[in-house]
Amino acid sequence: MLTVKELHASVEEKEILKGINLQVNPGEVHAIMGPNGSGKSTLSTVIAGHEDYEVEKGSIFFDGEDLAELDAEERAHKGIFLSFQYPVEIPGVTVTNFIKTAINASRKAQGLDDMPANEMLKKIREKAALLEIDSKFLSRSLNEGFSGGEKKRNEIFQLAMLEPKLAILDETDSGLDIDALKIVANGVNKLKSKDNAVVVITHYQRLLDYIVPDFVHVLYNGRIVKSGTKELAHELEAKGYDWIKQELA
Amino acid sequence: MELKEKMLSSFMVLEQELDLSAPVHEIRSKSLKTFEEKGFPNSKLEAWKYTSLAKLLKNDYSIFPKKETTIELKDVKKYFLYEIDSYKVVFIDGIYSPFLSDTTHDGIDVCLLSAALTKPKYKSVIEKYFNQVADQEESLTALNTSFAKEGAYIYIPKSMVAEKPIQIIHFSTGEQGDFMLQPRSLVVAEENAQVQIIERHQSLAEHAVWTNAVTEIFADKNALVDYYKIQNDRHDASLVDNTYIAQKESSNVKVHTFSFGGKLTRNNLNFYQKGERIDSTMKGITIIEEQQHVDHYTLVNHEQPNCESHQDYKGIYADKAVGVFNGKIYVDQIAQKTNAFQQNNNILLDNKATINTKPQLEIFADDVKCSHGCTIGQLDEDALFYLRSRGIPKKEAKGLLTYAFANNVLESVAIPALKTRINKLIAMKLGVEIGHDL
Repeated sequence: MLTVKELHASVEEKEILKGINLQVNPGEVHAIMGPNGSGKSTLSTVIAGHEDYEVEKGSIFFDGEDLAELDAEERAHKGIFLSFQYPVEIPGVTVTNFIKTAINASRKAQGLDDMPANEMLKKIREKAALLEIDSKFLSRSLNEGFSGGEKKRNEIFQLAMLEPKLAILDETDSGLDIDALKIVANGVNKLKSKDNAVVVITHYQRLLDYIVPDFVHVLYNGRIVKSGTKELAHELEAKGYDWIKQELA
Repeated sequence: MELKEKMLSSFMVLEQELDLSAPVHEIRSKSLKTFEEKGFPNSKLEAWKYTSLAKLLKNDYSIFPKKETTIELKDVKKYFLYEIDSYKVVFIDGIYSPFLSDTTHDGIDVCLLSAALTKPKYKSVIEKYFNQVADQEESLTALNTSFAKEGAYIYIPKSMVAEKPIQIIHFSTGEQGDFMLQPRSLVVAEENAQVQIIERHQSLAEHAVWTNAVTEIFADKNALVDYYKIQNDRHDASLVDNTYIAQKESSNVKVHTFSFGGKLTRNNLNFYQKGERIDSTMKGITIIEEQQHVDHYTLVNHEQPNCESHQDYKGIYADKAVGVFNGKIYVDQIAQKTNAFQQNNNILLDNKATINTKPQLEIFADDVKCSHGCTIGQLDEDALFYLRSRGIPKKEAKGLLTYAFANNVLESVAIPALKTRINKLIAMKLGVEIGHDL
């Protein structure tokens, strides 16, 4: 589904990613871990198509298609979703209206009419229930005055509504207490299928107790320096990142 | 003939139909002298540095309507906030339209200044308030005063509440050719009184119209005045709005100005705080394009201790549009514990759009809190990326962010139907489809 080959990327002429290789297949859950500043968020941002990030070398293929020439919105239309570490506040646009706008934008790109209002309403109710979101929350302005946890839960709500093929969760666990973490993880697990894939980007192993990865990759200094199964995450938790650094030295 | 000469000779024409023995006439004559001495403001004056009236002075305006015109309600209904019940004071080419209006004398007075200036029962109010807070040295205000004849007269006696909002609308039909209007309104809210007012100037056909309006507002002890200005006029209509507000102890006056269109708009908004624990709020949203020009020139005069003022102006400028914000806050040396806040944020959508923004703080007391901030910027790239990553195309994403930027000024709009209307106007201006809540 996602094939990243020898990816080098820079922001403001500073090279952050220095040759990433990653293969994600349908039905898989990948975790990308690593110390701060290793390039985890950059990788997710580059895959989602931020214009400020320059791909210097290498390629990203999604379902066999080269993403190089595609804008962020076009990548979203193909089924890539990024859950943001710092979601943006949009005063005056409710959670409901925002998600409607997003869904209908994707449908329009696919040549479909707007989703009928009753169908939309039903879907919103269903997904809100899944994430234990009450209806008052849905009529609030998007992310405005939301707590850290509410912002993350709202990101996963959007994920549930948009039903992407590939979901990248960037530090979704930060700012969540244990109860919220369980709800969010439970939501992600329920959305998982043999046809879609999840990439979890995290500093800590905590979230991986709930969203269990098939593969774990360690990103350090712009490269994936170690890959393994979920046991690798436990090892990292126990030994810390210094262990990787020493191994590399 | 130059416009100034024309105004001076027109005054003699006006005098033929006025009661020259009325005390108001003395005020008019005196004001005309001030205008004669000062003339129209030019850009050499610091206050008019960024807004030139030169273009407006070239037109050969009619000063008085040549004929009375009527308009059908169905043709102008959209300019009213018709969703709610309201009092209405409507003028067509400067002449009162009883057909479109809905006035009252039931407990409160919502009627005409022409009546108030001439009828004995209003004499005491006129003597006490008329031309008392307006700056008598300011030439355009003086020009308006000398021609002051018609406008809205709103008087809310002690402890009375205007049960519904009052809409003041001035239509200009184009039937008079190029036309100059001098509407004059007086709003008095006595102790504990409350009133909400929506004001609009609207040109209905292609013609140069210049409205030089003066509104005086008096808010006595504990009074509450909520004033909304909708400026969404045609591309050939210009407005200089001079609003003067005098507030007494514990009163609360809010003025919202929505500037969405017109050729040239200048808002001179002046607050004078004449008691303690006063709250003054001025908020504005400006969204203009092409070669439109909007200038907000605000003054808050903190003359007494323990008062607050809040200013929040947002501007969005496209094409070659020009915006000006000049916010003066004066704090007298006795005005201790003043809390004055001023914010002006701007977004330029095109390279050729301009904003001139200038905070002007003159503080003579030492125990005060005064803050001001202004920003000029493009849209936040990360926010744009966030929306696009959700599948929303760049153009719509930009519109949505601009909409969000303007929107937080609407929080304090206390008339829900008006809030919805303004909300829709903003969305329409920015080409944003936000749909309706489920």
